[in-house]
Amino acid sequence: MNQNKLTFKEICLQSFEDFEKNLNGEKQHPIHLYRKKAFEHFINLDIPSVKNEEWKYTNVSFLTKEEFKINPVKSDFSYDHISKFLFDNLEHNLITFVNGIYNKDLSKLLDIPSGVEILSLSEAIKNNNPIIKEYLGSASDITNNFFIALNSSFVIDGALIYVPDGKVVEEPIHLMFYNNSSSPKDLIQPRNLFVVGKNAQVTILEHYVSDTDTEYFTNSVTEIFVDENGNLDHIKLQEESLKSIHIGRMDTNQGRNSNFSSHLISTGAKFSRNEFNSVFKGEGSESTLNGLFMIDGDQLFDAHTLIDHAKPHCNSHEHYKGILQGNSKGVFNGKVMVRQDAQKTNAFQENNVILLSDSAVMNTKPQLEIFADDVKCSHGATIGKLNEEAKFYLKSRGIGEDAATAILIHAFASDVITSIKIEALRDYLEKIITRKFN
Amino acid sequence: MSITETQKIEELANREYKYGFVTEVEEDKLPKGLNEDIIRQLSAKKGEPEWMLEWRLKAYRYWLTMTEPQWQNVKYDKVDFQDISYYSAPKSKPKYNSLDEIDPAIRETYNKLGIPLEEQMMLAGVAVDAVFDSVSVATTFKDKLKDLGIIFCSMSEAIKEHPELIKKYLGSVVPFTDNFYASLNSAVFSDGSFVYVPKGVRCPMELSTYFRINASETGQFERTLIVADEGSYVSYLEGCTAPIRDENQLHAAVVELVALDNATIKYSTVQNWYPGDKEGKGGIYNFVTKRGLCKGINSKISWTQVETGSAITWKYPSCVLQGDNSIGEFYSVAVTNNMQQADTGTKMIHIGKNTKSTIVSKGISAGKSNNSYRGLVKINKKAENARNFSQCDSLLIGDRCGAHTFPYLEINNPTAQVEHEATTSKIGEDQIFYLNQRGIAKEDAVNLIVNGYVKEVLAELPMEFAVEAQKLLSISLEGSVG
Repeated sequence: MNQNKLTFKEICLQSFEDFEKNLNGEKQHPIHLYRKKAFEHFINLDIPSVKNEEWKYTNVSFLTKEEFKINPVKSDFSYDHISKFLFDNLEHNLITFVNGIYNKDLSKLLDIPSGVEILSLSEAIKNNNPIIKEYLGSASDITNNFFIALNSSFVIDGALIYVPDGKVVEEPIHLMFYNNSSSPKDLIQPRNLFVVGKNAQVTILEHYVSDTDTEYFTNSVTEIFVDENGNLDHIKLQEESLKSIHIGRMDTNQGRNSNFSSHLISTGAKFSRNEFNSVFKGEGSESTLNGLFMIDGDQLFDAHTLIDHAKPHCNSHEHYKGILQGNSKGVFNGKVMVRQDAQKTNAFQENNVILLSDSAVMNTKPQLEIFADDVKCSHGATIGKLNEEAKFYLKSRGIGEDAATAILIHAFASDVITSIKIEALRDYLEKIITRKFN
Repeated sequence: MSITETQKIEELANREYKYGFVTEVEEDKLPKGLNEDIIRQLSAKKGEPEWMLEWRLKAYRYWLTMTEPQWQNVKYDKVDFQDISYYSAPKSKPKYNSLDEIDPAIRETYNKLGIPLEEQMMLAGVAVDAVFDSVSVATTFKDKLKDLGIIFCSMSEAIKEHPELIKKYLGSVVPFTDNFYASLNSAVFSDGSFVYVPKGVRCPMELSTYFRINASETGQFERTLIVADEGSYVSYLEGCTAPIRDENQLHAAVVELVALDNATIKYSTVQNWYPGDKEGKGGIYNFVTKRGLCKGINSKISWTQVETGSAITWKYPSCVLQGDNSIGEFYSVAVTNNMQQADTGTKMIHIGKNTKSTIVSKGISAGKSNNSYRGLVKINKKAENARNFSQCDSLLIGDRCGAHTFPYLEINNPTAQVEHEATTSKIGEDQIFYLNQRGIAKEDAVNLIVNGYVKEVLAELPMEFAVEAQKLLSISLEGSVG
């Protein structure tokens, strides 16, 4: 076991040396100093085991068994590859990354307000963009998280979106992460940075896609900063190959009176883990974390969320729903932390899961940690099958078993779907559900 | 927080532990430390048969391979297991036939606690197997129970007189390999209670043991085993108080319940051990393993607990629902104040078909205390139509305390229906206002609300205990919320 563990790290060590060799004088660049620091931490961290409470139900021991290729190679792709993942009837800015590397030909930007920056991180690094210096690495902690440290050691590309004070970007920004890798598996590590200024507003969609049967390992980190009165609508849509591995981390810092809303819609991968952390750094802010996951077969889906009420007068709403079929395994770990000073906090959390098959397994851990007294916090969790009575009602009106099931599943999922503001995306999601359950 | 509330909290903080005193009885005590010799001596002192000693040694050897658990949400100074004396008993140990023969000093202790044995015998009809430190001093009402075939005696007596039952059931629910403290207990348990209710017998009275930690620096390692045979019913009460001490005292008890076909066991606890002073100095460490096995069909085990004492309460009374249609229940009120810490909850393991479990947990934290609910509901693959309902509410009093909820739901069968609800809040201003405008003073209003808040759980306690529990709560609560 120990020897194997070294193997993954050895790959990383080897890759890091190769990576440094190909830097062409970028070695003294501040970003590389950050990478080096992250790598030092990474080497000292262990692969999380199931004995770690945060990884109790999610076993990542495959890391020790498989081989990965860390430094991705640039490859050419045509529009056909991604067209089926685009939405109908939607004007939007599109940025495409193929195997983690920005692809200019597959991207198009509409007229964006002056001052707004939408570019690839590699470009920003090359131009010494000041946003990187100011924000990169200040929300995600490289010192104690294995996967953040890993991602940070190899930062090369991803999306950088900066909306300055008072600007509003009307059209959603669609970030497409299209992966297509061969053996040995590519380790693809996008690094995103979204900064929303005072009174600014933007909608960002992170979309992870791949063709069926492609194998790869995505380890993404997204850092988000929403300043005073800022408004960020974030959607993460995951529809990946059933052979892929996805570990995604999102760290959000919210300023005073800001509004952050996150939707995670996932049909999963073979193994996916999403960690969403949100911290209130100012008073009067609001945060919404919604999620819907639909998994089947031998898929494992793990959603880990933490909402940290560090300041008073903040509200958070969290609602995660899951539909499990086959031998799939779902994990939900939602934590709401209310710090001592965070009086007048309202925090609501709910988790509902439907098990459609005998061998599906759901493990839920909704947690509250509360240190202030003038708060209203609640959480609820339900796990069960579809309501037999509701089904009977539909059947008695001449609707067949399968159709009745589909109707009930649609109704179950619609809670989360309808709270998404983009109509074209809602239609797209409806289609996914229809495809999956009808 | 209003001024009266602050005053009340201060008042409470200054209140001394009501039941703190030491009875001076000559003691027979083993030297401090733990090794195989100590266990041999302990076993010899109790005149135990060879198989029991073997069992203890096996547990001890296993314990040596284990490490102390670290995952709990409580903090405490490490316990030095070599600094504890593992046996202490009143020096002379004559066999009593009547209560009058008992050492007057011991009887005085009970009188101070307000639980005179005689009164309980006469008024409440309760048979009390009083554990004075580690050895049973008096077992009452035995004859009456004997007529019905019910065995209610101390564990040491049961080992000698009913070895076949002990061999069959001891460690069958909590094996000595179970966890760190259960292993330790299995190796060094001093005494405890044993109850066996034969087929079809309904125990006519509430069985009760008052535990009391008395001797300085002796951890008390109780072992309780209750077996309810087919179609029987028994209700068991456990209540505790302990005198003021400066050193932390460890209490690592093990309670095992076995319910066979159609049997029902009701186990109620009122715990009010010394919580330490307001800086958190002293106080009891209450690390207990309690587990019930619903072995037969239609069996039922119900845990009710009111936890107001101890510096640290760390326990999870659990139900293993093995028999089809079996039922597990858990009702709990945990109150923490000053520097107290509690990490308590339950485990409901559904194995049989059509099993049901209910969890109602009410936490109240005040002062600088921390109160956690940690619970597991596990539905196994074969547990068709399992049903669980959990509700965990927390009430916060003051802004220096913490309330935490860590529920674990592990569902492996789609026919299960599992619901979990939790809320955390302080007492609503509007609720108090509503009562105020109806002429009820603020203090009374708060009391009324808190009483309503825990009523669901207190209603589960047997009559005799409900009174004591209410008394305890009113002492702990009135002061802090008024």
